[in-house]
Amino acid sequence: MTQTLVPRERTWSGALARMAESLTTPLLPAEVVDMVAPLHGTTLRGRIEGTRAETDRAATLLIRTGRGWAGHIPGQYVRVGVDVDGVRLWRAYSITSGPRGDGRIAITVKALPDGRVSNHMVGAIRRGAIIQLDQATGEFQLPHPLPERALFVTAGSGITPVMGILRHHLDDLSDVVVLHSDRNRDDVIFGGELRAWAAAGRLRLIERHTDREGPLDADGLARSVPDWQSRRAFACGPVGLLDTLEEHWADAGLGSALHTERFRAVVRVEGAGGQVTFTRTGTTVDADGATPLLDEGEAAGVLMPSGCRMGICYGCVLPLTSGAVRDLRTGALTTAEPGDGVKVQTCITAAAGPCVLEV
Amino acid sequence: MTVIENRTDNPVAHLSAEDIELLGKELDSLREEIFASLGEEDAAYIRRVITAQRWLELSSRGVLLFAWFPPAWVIGTAGLSVAKILENMEIGHNIMHGQWDWMRDPAIHSTTWEWDNVAPADMWKHSHNEIHHRYTNVVGRDNDLGYGMMRVDENQRWSKILLAQPLWNALTACFFEYAIAAYDLELGTLFKGRKKVDDEFRRDVRKVLGKIGRQFRKDYLATPGLAALVNPWAAGPAFLATLTATATANLVRNVWTHSVIMCGHFPEGVATFSKTSIEGETRGDWYLRQMVGSANIYGGPATHLMTGNLSFQIEHHLFPDMPSRRYPQISPRIRDLFERNGLPYVSGPLPKQVASAWHKVFRLSLPNDLFGRFNRTSQG
Repeated sequence: MTQTLVPRERTWSGALARMAESLTTPLLPAEVVDMVAPLHGTTLRGRIEGTRAETDRAATLLIRTGRGWAGHIPGQYVRVGVDVDGVRLWRAYSITSGPRGDGRIAITVKALPDGRVSNHMVGAIRRGAIIQLDQATGEFQLPHPLPERALFVTAGSGITPVMGILRHHLDDLSDVVVLHSDRNRDDVIFGGELRAWAAAGRLRLIERHTDREGPLDADGLARSVPDWQSRRAFACGPVGLLDTLEEHWADAGLGSALHTERFRAVVRVEGAGGQVTFTRTGTTVDADGATPLLDEGEAAGVLMPSGCRMGICYGCVLPLTSGAVRDLRTGALTTAEPGDGVKVQTCITAAAGPCVLEV
Repeated sequence: MTVIENRTDNPVAHLSAEDIELLGKELDSLREEIFASLGEEDAAYIRRVITAQRWLELSSRGVLLFAWFPPAWVIGTAGLSVAKILENMEIGHNIMHGQWDWMRDPAIHSTTWEWDNVAPADMWKHSHNEIHHRYTNVVGRDNDLGYGMMRVDENQRWSKILLAQPLWNALTACFFEYAIAAYDLELGTLFKGRKKVDDEFRRDVRKVLGKIGRQFRKDYLATPGLAALVNPWAAGPAFLATLTATATANLVRNVWTHSVIMCGHFPEGVATFSKTSIEGETRGDWYLRQMVGSANIYGGPATHLMTGNLSFQIEHHLFPDMPSRRYPQISPRIRDLFERNGLPYVSGPLPKQVASAWHKVFRLSLPNDLFGRFNRTSQG
């Protein structure tokens, strides 16, 4: 990959870098480093240094971050790329570790029923595995100055970013209520630690076990936390819960006091066809589910790279920034979120929902 | 329907349109089956080959820092030759075909890979993937048929200059990577006056010269220079010894890859096609053209690895984007398909196929009617 040449700086290190590069071309010196030190090479990576089961279906992974890791703010998530069945898949997970000065972070993953990545992370991944990392990101953070009275409403794995926040800031927060929903007591991730904090009087914990009590609604909230209106609220959980909460806060005219975190913003329609956006030209077309994206783009006047038009030469491959496309030959569905780096052959794929192509 | 015009014994004449459609469907479903089964073992394979190749190259170049010591010269040159062959064939060629794109690893992807060869990846991908694999063996369309400077088919016109084509071919073998770069630039078409020198061409020339410069700097300046540095008491001889070693490794790689490529389409018995014969070609017709237009090489696992599995040229041409390690797996089923359809599965051991290809180069350096009888009997 000689895509990025070292800038021609007139410095000793620049000269050294150029000399190293002239020895390794067409590889970059960093690709040679990858061979012995994958955490110091071409891209940001991490190494799994330990795993711990949190519940039957959730596990925490301790990750040694590689060179270039810029740190994180409690509440943020990190996008993690792992190879499952040989295919690199990216997912975002909240960072749950507390303060530590050793360049390690922890993420906590709950295995979803059909989750290829989450099941791999909870059941299959082993110590020593190298994973791909992005820099931490996300706006789910405590404001400054810290709120005097805080309320965290969480459900299921929605506790994970909140745990990242509490482990860092519980000492600095004087009045904390955590209202957490889960199917039953055993399913509560970090249940032991939360209950210990509650027992020590460091926060007030209200557990709602939905197997018996049903899902949380506005009335339940008002009953459990009568002073909810006087608190800065932070919520993370399934879309349904967040919608309910946002409506409730908005009805009370307190919309700005509620801060929510959604793990998946868009529910994708996996139907046939959809709106295709070509980013550089800004062109948008309504594509049907049978016409190749290449033809759609060309018909709309987009400068599409193309080749054999039969799926063999890969001359037409473009990054799918987001959305869903279907392989017209196999019917296989490919989906992407921004940053996934998924590339598709436009000559044999059609839109399977709204999608964005980088061209 | 595919028409093969250069042979009296058309190998596909007995197949009906329905036969060909069925054959196409069978190959489509085989493709689907294999692609659905790709997984961790395949990914581990290509990563293992890449890692092994990089260590072999690194250690060979390390040994070559002491190439002034004859045993080091021999071992280092042998290692570097093998490393360069692996890099170009099993790794570079196949990655640039998109065989490993399904892994979604940007470091092993057809759009990002650059290889240890003076031909820039993007230009090679155009002439190889788009032209050669699409128009396989179509005279006048597929420039791989003689690379625009040789006559390897009866239907290509003869001229006196072709008397020298065996010599040409030997030179091409030695400087194969440069021939590929020239071929990607379509220099042959340019010299024939059918291509203009425009901005695009100038940009491509700059790209090729830049790549040649980087390759030269590595093999003939940086590596020998490092050898001179670590052997300060005999810097000159050390520089020269390492330089001859890297040059020899490039030569070995060039001759080897040239031989393998010649075996893919040039051996006797491989069919060619006219431009008009591919008009309105169906998917089945295209498959059929690949089947009778390619030739395999017999051999063991080492042969297959060192040819980048182009020893399974037929399987590769049917499914150019299928990971190479699956070709041996599907080969028996492809052979069975050939047999059931009464098609010739052209294959032979490497020396025989190389000899056969050279035989054709010599034979066609002469006009068709000369030694007509000799030509006729040597076919097939």
